[in-house]
Amino acid sequence: MNATQNLEKIAEYRQDFAIIANWLKFGSKALDLGCGDGELLHFLQGSMKVRGYGVEKDDANWLSCLQNGINVIQMDLEAGLSGFEAQSFDVVILSQTLQAMHNTENIVHEMLRVGREAIVTFPNFGYWRNRLQLMAGQMPVSRDIPYQWYDTPNVHLCTIKDFDQFCENHNIHVKERLVLTYGQRIQFMPNLRGSLAMYRLGRK
Amino acid sequence: MSETSSVGIVTAQTAHFSEPLKLKSGEVLPAYDLAYETYGTLNADKSNAVLICHALSGNHHVAGKYAETDKYPGWWDNLIGPGRPLDTNKFFVIGLNNLGGCHGSSGPSSINPATGKPWGADFPVVTVEDWVKSQARLANHLGIDQLAAVIGGSLGGMQALQWTMSYPDRVRHALVIASAPNLTAQNMAFNEVARQAIMTDPEFYDGHYYEHNTVPRRGLRIARMLGHITYLSDDAMGAKFGRKLRDGEIKYGFGVEFEMESYLRYQGDKFAGEFDANTYLRMTRALDYFDPALEHGGNLSAALAGVKAKFLVVSFTSDWRFSPARSHEIMKALLDNECSVSYAEVTAAHGHDAFLMPDPHYHDILRNYLQNIRTEGRE
Repeated sequence: MNATQNLEKIAEYRQDFAIIANWLKFGSKALDLGCGDGELLHFLQGSMKVRGYGVEKDDANWLSCLQNGINVIQMDLEAGLSGFEAQSFDVVILSQTLQAMHNTENIVHEMLRVGREAIVTFPNFGYWRNRLQLMAGQMPVSRDIPYQWYDTPNVHLCTIKDFDQFCENHNIHVKERLVLTYGQRIQFMPNLRGSLAMYRLGRK
Repeated sequence: MSETSSVGIVTAQTAHFSEPLKLKSGEVLPAYDLAYETYGTLNADKSNAVLICHALSGNHHVAGKYAETDKYPGWWDNLIGPGRPLDTNKFFVIGLNNLGGCHGSSGPSSINPATGKPWGADFPVVTVEDWVKSQARLANHLGIDQLAAVIGGSLGGMQALQWTMSYPDRVRHALVIASAPNLTAQNMAFNEVARQAIMTDPEFYDGHYYEHNTVPRRGLRIARMLGHITYLSDDAMGAKFGRKLRDGEIKYGFGVEFEMESYLRYQGDKFAGEFDANTYLRMTRALDYFDPALEHGGNLSAALAGVKAKFLVVSFTSDWRFSPARSHEIMKALLDNECSVSYAEVTAAHGHDAFLMPDPHYHDILRNYLQNIRTEGRE
């Protein structure tokens, strides 16, 4: 990755983070599922004084969280969130992890049990570049979905339209939905033109 | 990685306490001694002290050697020293022998001042709460108002947890490793078998074996053999011994034929030669009795309601005697109280013993956590 691309990536990440920060109240209690190296929580602790815990399975990521000064719980999300009391968090975040979950329905349900609100973000499989690659006869590989079909952890990729329907079918209230491409907000034909979908969810 | 080394040659010390200690049982210990060791240097504002709490058979000799010629260093030497995860360039580390012990602190084998004879069975039953109380007095003795951290594995982890409840203002961090908020029935059952092995040994004399110039060696040996089975995982025993025969052939007898038998007998003999049976009974009882939730209707979250310390909770995947599920209970109760807590579940093959092993990832966890602890000016 060259310097410009790197900057672009940071700008986009910040945009993604900034939107999540904007959806939180100052001093919120947040649970970040699949928190990676803790970058998002670190940002939210700094910008919004969020009191947060990360959940991460991977050893190396877990250590990075610790180094980032994040409280981090090592556990497998597939087992659910049985260690967390109902409605014990202001918000539960699942940032770009939904597509890699096996037990997708359960985790979304669990997020709304544990949190008063849930934030879910995922790469939009309906993005035109992905569609173009499929039209050309191959599984999409991009910066947002950077895996080959045989080594991808992503087992439940979906489009914005799919997820809207999922929420409808599961009685989930979509409080807000934002779609981004390279950090820019997409309002016109988001399922075609948007690469990253961000949802703010609650119970109906 | 920077150079790491042992703390080198160390000396044990003894502190005498003449203020009576009221125990949880209601009994009072009029006076007592605590054996301890320290490594590193206490800083000017006395904010860098770390207490190591030992488990069932541990003592105050945590790190270093008494002499170059010592065969083994202290029991957690791989953790402590300049450049090691618990870095003695930064921290002042204290190890002690708990009350009821047999390595220099007052216990059943030490002299009861009232009678001039060994306490034996008359030494009171001590609990984790009693230990923590005595440890706080040791901290006073060393001029330490607040510990930077308390660290313990297994029964030691219970003491670390108890510290945060008994003295919420006197401990900033608790590292609770391979531990549990209480013992399960199965876990207590192992302790009962171990105690029965000791108490039914004809040489036990109701705990007054010192007067008969003997020790219940057979009982201790069996107790330790049983313990060792539970400290290892099935896989670890399989990998270490499998069905290997010592002499390569089956002999149709009852001597030592399998390598595993040789190991257990060696461990049992070694232990029986150096550990006191009455101490063993008391240590296992302290394990059994630890149950901070009991006074709160079984609600651990309520028991931990007043804690202020920050926590690191660590468990090991193959530890079935103090399983990850038990650490989850501690973690959940801390989360319920919105405590600062991180939890690591280390993939390890060694069972309960893993907490003493220098597994690189495990040590990275401890190193990073301890590095983040501020010592100057406090937090």
